[in-house]
Amino acid sequence: MLYREAGDFKTSYVEDGQTFPIRFDRWRYYAVLAVAFGVIPFVINDYWASAVFVPFLIYAIAAIGLNILTGYCGQVSLGTGGFMAVGAYSCYKLMTAFPEISILIHVLGAGVITAAVGVLFGLPSLRIKGFYLAVATLAAQFFLVWLFNKVPWFYNYSASGQISAPERTVLGVAVTGPNTEAWAKYMVCLVFVVALAWVARNLTRGTVGRSWMAIRDMDIAAEIIGVNPLKAKLTAFAVSSFFVGVAGALFFSVYLGAVEVGEAFGIQKSFLVLFMVIIGGLGSIFGSFAGAAFLVLLPVLLKNTLVGGFGWPTDLTAHLELIIVGALIIFFLIAEPHGLAQLWRIGKEKLRLWPFPH
Amino acid sequence: MRLRLATFALTALIAAGPAMAELVFPDLSYRTGPYAAGGTPFSDGYQDYFSLVNERDGGIGGVKARVIECETGYNTEKGVECYEATKGEGALIYQPLSTGITYQLIPKVSADEIPLHTMGYGRTSAANGEVFEWVFNYPANYWDAASVAIKYLSDENGGDLSDKKITLLYHNSAYGKEPIRTLEELADKHGYELTTIAVDHPGQEQKSQWLQIRRERPDYVLMWGWGVMNQVAVQEAANIRFPMENFIGNWWAGAEHDVTPAGAAADGYKSLNMNRIGDLPVFDDIKTYVHDKGMAAGDGSNVGKVLYTRGMYAAVLAVEAAKTAQEIHGTPDITAAMMRDGMEALEMTAAKMEALGVPGIGPEFSVSCADHGGSGQGIVQQWDADAGKWVALTDYIQPDSEVIAPLVEEDSMAYASENNIDLRCQ
Repeated sequence: MLYREAGDFKTSYVEDGQTFPIRFDRWRYYAVLAVAFGVIPFVINDYWASAVFVPFLIYAIAAIGLNILTGYCGQVSLGTGGFMAVGAYSCYKLMTAFPEISILIHVLGAGVITAAVGVLFGLPSLRIKGFYLAVATLAAQFFLVWLFNKVPWFYNYSASGQISAPERTVLGVAVTGPNTEAWAKYMVCLVFVVALAWVARNLTRGTVGRSWMAIRDMDIAAEIIGVNPLKAKLTAFAVSSFFVGVAGALFFSVYLGAVEVGEAFGIQKSFLVLFMVIIGGLGSIFGSFAGAAFLVLLPVLLKNTLVGGFGWPTDLTAHLELIIVGALIIFFLIAEPHGLAQLWRIGKEKLRLWPFPH
Repeated sequence: MRLRLATFALTALIAAGPAMAELVFPDLSYRTGPYAAGGTPFSDGYQDYFSLVNERDGGIGGVKARVIECETGYNTEKGVECYEATKGEGALIYQPLSTGITYQLIPKVSADEIPLHTMGYGRTSAANGEVFEWVFNYPANYWDAASVAIKYLSDENGGDLSDKKITLLYHNSAYGKEPIRTLEELADKHGYELTTIAVDHPGQEQKSQWLQIRRERPDYVLMWGWGVMNQVAVQEAANIRFPMENFIGNWWAGAEHDVTPAGAAADGYKSLNMNRIGDLPVFDDIKTYVHDKGMAAGDGSNVGKVLYTRGMYAAVLAVEAAKTAQEIHGTPDITAAMMRDGMEALEMTAAKMEALGVPGIGPEFSVSCADHGGSGQGIVQQWDADAGKWVALTDYIQPDSEVIAPLVEEDSMAYASENNIDLRCQ
């Protein structure tokens, strides 16, 4: 009834090609943005920022990044944790080397450095494919973590090998360091998420995105019709790593404030982001958000319900959490192998007909 | 979106609980994951002592203590979540039992003004109270541990370590890297040759490290291990027939569960300890007042174990600090800031420990504004596999403050200048 194309006339190509062609969708999108920018910053507290929104937004950026590489370009990567570490450590080095420059520029700079590293590790993708490429990126994961542990220059020779974010401000408001207000953390992540999601969405709709998808669907056919695989694959690695690097930089500077590379950016982080992408839906920006939400929010929700609500022992809950999240992952993938994004797509198709399906 | 709403509604519900006069002690524990073997007994001891105080004494100064347990899994992200979830409940003190989480929390507690007590772990230079107002690490820290171990070895060799080779086997994290600096300084002083070998988290794979030890044949191996890494290391040492009496763990690598998997082969393995072990009178009270009433934390099987005793010791120190704070401020309802004053004025004497039913559990020490580190003493204990228990070999050994004090000064001053902290206690 509400959700339909009928009556929503397009009079220009620009209107015809917009991201949300259905009026209801557009309003929903604006409503979400309005709530995210206009309501949440005023009601958010430390717990909601640190346990829910900030990790969700940061993982969403990482998931979009990996989705570009794996979902759009078809190159499996297990190096996400390592690339996030590159983002975090380059952000730390930039922050401490140039304290007078804005942290926002450092985060973007960290993304650019990660993009360069990503391209370097993406080079083997020109020769090897599929599982073999996954193993090559796995090597990147282990090498990068080892590097940041081994070379003291990366952590400014601190005794513990930890890096910790000094206080930095944006427009006079602290966004890193212990005195950061909850809303400031949230806003800085939100701005990055919205901007990067917008960029990702438009990249994937344009020439670059189409060449990625051509490579994903059949690389030989793509090459024959004139897609340059070198350019397509390396741009996918660069853009993807840029996103992942920005996520790593925010993860370190805004979210945790201090990290240890082996613990924060180990192989389990690579798997976590990969699961987000698979559960959310390969090749979908919305799917990246859905997957990040699923894997960040569900454990917190379960913990609050079982320990806070029912008063169950914490160890039992921690184990149940693993079981429930694992079972739900299997259930979702059996019910809908294309992820939450596909469920959403089917839901939208049904909504178009609702309430008169015949 | 629906998930988000549901969570919103739920926390609103939880947050709206009634406010009663009580003292809140969050317990950031870990009973799952590769470090659960150490986290579980520690948390059991910590919680049982608060239950005992509530049941036997009717609380601390008449106010009941409430322990909020939150599972961190030794993971920093979950640790931060636990901290944010519990700090609003009126938390008086945090004891995360994780060096990684400690590093996260030091700036946060300083901003939120809640004391953090990292007993024998965490950031060593937090012993300097002039810089770290809200962080305490009495009665001892990692650098003390390193110094105690070297002192013990030096005594064993008649005061001369000059031609010895010592290897440090460490958990490749902030925790394991902490003692390296001190051991290097001590190497300069005593003239031994130090090599360091890292073991990556979680530490189940140590074949190559022990191969290196076998090749280099060090006289002594020191270990900074935790969790499953300890058990594997003891087993690997047995496999290469490394003489167990030359293998010394720090106080986080010296519990029953670390040595029992290797069976008789672990006999003679040594470790440090910052608290004495043995049959303390307080355990009977815990049995009567807590376990017999069915209020035991966990499954109740850990009473008297090394880490249970240490967890209980942590709770004893927290309760005593709270009592001190109540005396100073003349009110039973203390806040986190008052708790900090209590910690800073804490004094543990032999008579006090005797009265509490924990005679000689720890060294005598007192805390002051400038010194948050306590005495730093530790003992050396040895595993007797036949009897299945740890035997104390020494009395409390005094660390080499001549070496440690300048290091603490240097590191804490670097932190102070990085974070623009004005020195206190001037």
